[in-house]
Amino acid sequence: MPETLTKFIFGRLTLDSLPLHEPIVVGTFIVVALGGVAVLGAITYFKLWGYLWREWFTSVDHKKIGIMYMALGLVMLLRGFSDAIMMRLQQAIAFNGSEGYLNAHHYDQIFTAHGVIMIFFVAMPFVTGLMNFVVPLQIGARDVSFPFLNNFSFWMTVGGAILVMASLFVGEFARTGWLAYPPLSGINYSPDVGVDYYIWALQVAGVGTTLSGINLICTIIKMRAPGMTMMRMPIFTWTSLCTNVLIVASFPVLTAVLTLLALDRYVGTNFFTNDFGGNPMMYVNLIWIWGHPEVYILILPLFGVFSEVTSTFSGKRLFGYTSMVYATVVITILSYLVWLHHFFTMGSGASVNSFFGITTMIISIPTGAKIFNWLFTMYRGRIRFELPMMWTVAFMLTFTVGGMTGVLLAVPPADFVLHNSLFLIAHFHNVIIGGVLFGLFAGIAYWWPKAFGFKLDPFWGKVSFWCWVLGFWFAFMPLYILGLMGVTRRMRVFDDPSLQIWFVIAAFGAVLIACGIAAFLVQIFVSIRKRAELVDVTGDPWDGRTLEWSTSSPPPAYNFAFTPVIRDNDAWWDMKKAGYRRPLSGFKPIHMPSNTGTGVILAVFSVALGFGLIWYMWWLAALSFVCLIATAIGHTFNYHRDFDVPAAEVAQTEEARTTLLAAQS
Amino acid sequence: MSAHDHVDRDHTHGGAAHGSLRGYLIGFVLSVILTAIPFWMVMSGAIDNKQATAIIIMAFAVVQIVVHMVFFLHMNPASEGGWSMLALIFTVILVVIVLSGSLWVMYHLNANMMPGLHEMRQMP
Repeated sequence: MPETLTKFIFGRLTLDSLPLHEPIVVGTFIVVALGGVAVLGAITYFKLWGYLWREWFTSVDHKKIGIMYMALGLVMLLRGFSDAIMMRLQQAIAFNGSEGYLNAHHYDQIFTAHGVIMIFFVAMPFVTGLMNFVVPLQIGARDVSFPFLNNFSFWMTVGGAILVMASLFVGEFARTGWLAYPPLSGINYSPDVGVDYYIWALQVAGVGTTLSGINLICTIIKMRAPGMTMMRMPIFTWTSLCTNVLIVASFPVLTAVLTLLALDRYVGTNFFTNDFGGNPMMYVNLIWIWGHPEVYILILPLFGVFSEVTSTFSGKRLFGYTSMVYATVVITILSYLVWLHHFFTMGSGASVNSFFGITTMIISIPTGAKIFNWLFTMYRGRIRFELPMMWTVAFMLTFTVGGMTGVLLAVPPADFVLHNSLFLIAHFHNVIIGGVLFGLFAGIAYWWPKAFGFKLDPFWGKVSFWCWVLGFWFAFMPLYILGLMGVTRRMRVFDDPSLQIWFVIAAFGAVLIACGIAAFLVQIFVSIRKRAELVDVTGDPWDGRTLEWSTSSPPPAYNFAFTPVIRDNDAWWDMKKAGYRRPLSGFKPIHMPSNTGTGVILAVFSVALGFGLIWYMWWLAALSFVCLIATAIGHTFNYHRDFDVPAAEVAQTEEARTTLLAAQS
Repeated sequence: MSAHDHVDRDHTHGGAAHGSLRGYLIGFVLSVILTAIPFWMVMSGAIDNKQATAIIIMAFAVVQIVVHMVFFLHMNPASEGGWSMLALIFTVILVVIVLSGSLWVMYHLNANMMPGLHEMRQMP
């Protein structure tokens, strides 16, 4: 009897589920636990809980939500990178009969977790955070279209991240590779909780991603300041619009395919099994219909960042604005026509492969046009090599190499040789680090002063820059060479001792990148310490061109006291040229949305629901599902949704800025 | 709820069109007719060829979708300043790409990789 009772309460969860037999995981747990206790203790000691809850967790302010997304991305970057450097170390030492220090069970989880975390919980939060912070400011709006939904989306993303992190210490993560292909991810070959963690973490986070996509599309289409026609939108807003269209159009496919996989695993359907008419290849087909747009979801906003940075730091209007917009839109459409290049070797035959090979190569045309636009923007500009511009130049050099190896892989016969090899790994790290990550660092350095009112320390930024750029080349060029020699991905031990030197070089590169990450953290810390020196009161530290630089840094909650009127592409540049003066009187009350804790509560129930489903604790799943629905319905009866900032308060805020500006000049 | 300020900044002009009683009635009658005809075709077996019947029913279903969109969802080129139509066209393009592409890919895949038993028997 007690046994059935424990089974009912805990489902599959037993003491044996805790990975106590893995010394590395136990060590990690101790470090994380100590760190966690220290952080929580500090928050309690400094009595910050109330402040965090009121000002941040429940905030519907798009700027604060954007910053929280960035914080989430940074924390998860540390986790994802720990996985990376562990793999590099394992591969560098597992030669000459050595098994390395990671057993197969653990190693397989690490490479899966690395991929999943870096894409879903590092790149996506960073990109969404940047869009959330910048887009409303760039279009002269006071917030996004659905501020509560924005807060809810963020917390759902956090919920997914919590499930992935929980898998490290409670149970295990998937051992299937980051896309969890069946039949390996089916119940027969992966009976453990790993794949279930994968499924529910992505489903929970996917709700957030989809909703934030809808939110930002509405914001961009409906809330632009008067005069800002589509062809006067800043390029970053354009690329954000295309990215969010891609999110809304492709994430439902991921949700559907993971649901089918979950049905296979939970109720014994046969969508992707080997027998009873199932077809695992259908999973591969469907997940790449989501997967290929996903890589453009990641890179497009960063193309926008590079456009803003290049034009600002060259002191020139962006070259070929219209062609940039059309290139972005063409990439958006083309990204739906290439998915098969991820499985050329699956056997669809010559006609299908050539079609998808050609469409893939065509994508390099709009992308190449963008590179030339940036180069021509720089041409004869007065270029200031500040940190964001340095990242942009490094991006152009690095990304072009990655693009070319991409075109190489798009040739089906070449792909048959290079498929699943380290060449592919080098290629996509080349474009994701060289494109997405460099772009994020450019964007962070560029918009940091807008978010916090002081610049980032340039010295530590440059240390981080050189460590990252050199580290990248050291870490991934050897992988190109190894891939050409035929070394496949996800290997744990090697027989051929002549390969070792390349893995050692790659591991050295990973150490350099670790220094780059450390220098970035030091940069943030040092900048906060030296904020008085680095302060910017003008709100326009880079002599910017777009609307976000017209307001104070950090912007007031309402962003703009008066909605600006736009007459030109580079709205703020135009306003400066026309001798714009800040309005100093005549303020009106501003209608704003109220904070709410419902997003946090819904996300907590979603995590509980996921956890219950993962461990077969059906009572928990049912209970949290009911609570989830009840809370959502309950929230519709919350009528305290908005308030007016009184005109006096607006006047006071603006007056404070006037005083600051006067003191400066 | 949104952070719109009091000034109306909606410069796209014209939200979704609202239906009239006449429009709803036309839509209702049309959809009843479009449902009744396929039903009758199956019940009476008016056409001997089953495949032809299926194709005709599919065609009616497509017309039915259009009727619903026009009369019940008020889809027309002007609604929401043209955004509804644009979104619809984009969605249709993507759905066509995804469905036809998947069918094409999977058909070739099955033909190449899973030759039927019939062909297997003919192999030497």
